[in-house]
Amino acid sequence: MLITKLKRTLRSGFISFWRNGSVSLASVLVMTITLIVISCVLFVGVVLNTTLKDIQSKVDINVYFTKDAVQDGVDQIVKSVKALPQVADITYTNKEDSLKEFRLRHQNDQLTLQALDELGDNPLGAKMSVRAKDPSQYETIVKFIKNSGGDNGTVDRINYDENKVAIDKLAEIIVASRKLGFAAVLFFIFVSVLITFNTIRLAIFIFREEISVMQLVGASAMYIRGPFVTSGVMYGICSGLLTMLVLWPISYWLGLLSDTLGVTVNLYQYYQENWFQLAFLLIISGLILGATSSYLAVKRYLRI
Amino acid sequence: MLLLDNVSKIYKDGSLALDGVNITIKPKEFVSIVGHSGAGKSTLLKMIMAEDKPTKGKVFFEDIDIHTLNRSEMNDYRRRIGMVFQDFRLIPNMTAYENIAFAMEAAGRTDEEIAADVPHVLELVDLKKKMHNFPNQLSGGEKQRVAIARAIVNQPDIIIADEPTGNLDPVNTYEVIQILKKINDLGTTIILTTHNKGVIDSLGKRVISVEAGKIIRDDKSGKYLL
Repeated sequence: MLITKLKRTLRSGFISFWRNGSVSLASVLVMTITLIVISCVLFVGVVLNTTLKDIQSKVDINVYFTKDAVQDGVDQIVKSVKALPQVADITYTNKEDSLKEFRLRHQNDQLTLQALDELGDNPLGAKMSVRAKDPSQYETIVKFIKNSGGDNGTVDRINYDENKVAIDKLAEIIVASRKLGFAAVLFFIFVSVLITFNTIRLAIFIFREEISVMQLVGASAMYIRGPFVTSGVMYGICSGLLTMLVLWPISYWLGLLSDTLGVTVNLYQYYQENWFQLAFLLIISGLILGATSSYLAVKRYLRI
Repeated sequence: MLLLDNVSKIYKDGSLALDGVNITIKPKEFVSIVGHSGAGKSTLLKMIMAEDKPTKGKVFFEDIDIHTLNRSEMNDYRRRIGMVFQDFRLIPNMTAYENIAFAMEAAGRTDEEIAADVPHVLELVDLKKKMHNFPNQLSGGEKQRVAIARAIVNQPDIIIADEPTGNLDPVNTYEVIQILKKINDLGTTIILTTHNKGVIDSLGKRVISVEAGKIIRDDKSGKYLL
C-alpha cells in the first residue's frame, strides 16, 4: 500500500505541476531568480576570495642574514622557519645569488657597480623571503626568527617592522572583507528564501479550497501534502536546471570582463570547471527550498 | 446513529449561531433542515462534519463524541460521511473521473476497486460519457451529479447535502433530488439543507426548521413551515 500511495502522490504531483501550467511557470521563474541571486553571490564570493588570496600572496617579509653568519646557523633557522605551521612557503637566496640579484637590479647604475667592484668582496649576506598562510601570523613568525637567530648575530635585519602597519592594515581589510562577504551571502540567501517561500505560499493559497475539500473527503494530511511537495520538488529541479542554463551566458560575459575589471579569476572558466558541483548545489538547493516551502504552506490550510 | 446533544456555538465576534440544539437522526432517515439565511443551518452541518467545534454540547456518531477523535480517527469518520455542497467544490484540475477516484484513493482503496467503482457511480448519475471532462467543461447540474457520485463512491453511512440545488435550474434540481431519494432508498441516511419549498413538499420526509440557532419545529410529516 505504501508503494501505491507513493506512486499516487508522485503521479498527482506531476499532473498538478503540468495542469497548473501558469502557476508552475510563475513559481519556477521566481525560484530561478532566487537561485540566480544565490549563484551571483557565490560568484562574488569566488572573486572576493581569489582577489584576497592574490593580495595575500603578494605580502611577505624578508629576513637578511649577516654577511659573516655561519652557514650551519642560517640553515638551522631556514629549516625551523619552514617547519612552522603558520608559514606557507619560503624562498632562500644564498650570498652569491644575492649579489647576482643586486648586480642585475643595478645593471644600469654604473656608479654602484663600480663601487661594488672596488670593494672586492661580497658585502651582502644571504636572504630568506617568508610568506605566511595568513597576514596576521607575521608577528608570531618574526618573534620566532628573532628568538632563534636575532641575538647570536646570525640575523641582521627583518623588514617586518618597516611594513608592520601596512601588513596589519591588510590583515584587517582581509578579515573585514570576509566577514562582510559572509554577512552579504547570508542576507541574500535569507531574502531569496523568503521570496521563494512567499511565492509558493501564494501558489498554494489558490488551492486552499481544494485542500479543505480533500480533508472533508477524509484524505490524511500526508496524502494531501504529498502532491504539493512533489510539485515543489519539480519547481526546484526545473529552476535549478534553468539557472544553470542562464548562468552559462552570464559567466561567459563576466569571463570576458575579467581582464578589464582586473580580476584574476575567470568566471566562465570557473563555471566550466565546476559545472557539475554548481548544478548539484543549485538543484539540491531548489529541491529543498521547493519541498520545504510547499510543506509549510500546505500546513497552514490543514486545520479543519 | 447521530445525536446532537445541547449543541451551542458562539463565534469569536460574540454572535450566537446555535443555541442548545438537540437532534437525533436514525439510520436510513431522510432529514431536511430548513431555515432562512443565517439561521444556523450551515453551522449545524459544520458541527456534524467536525469542521468546527461546538462551544457547548456534544455531537455523537454511533455513541462516539466526534470532537474527541484524533486526526486519524477523524479521517476515518469523514470517510463514512459523503458531502455535497451548493458550490459543488470539485477539484478544478481533476477530471470527473479523477475527482471521484480521489475520494477512493483517500480511503485507501486499491487501483482495481477504483477502476471498477468509479465508472459504476458515474453511470448511476448518468455521466459516464463525460468522465474525462474537467469541471469547467460541465454544466451546473452535471457538476452536482459528479459531486454526488464522489459523495457516494465510498458507500458512506450518511450523505450531507448543503443546499445542493441552490445553484441549479428546476430540471436539474428535480434530477438531483431524485438521485438523493434513490440513494436513501438504498439505505443511506441523507441530511439535506434547502430553501426550496418545492423540494421539501415533493419529498414528504422529516423536516427540521431552524431559526436564530434554535430548533423551532421538527415535523415528521414533511411540511415546510417557517
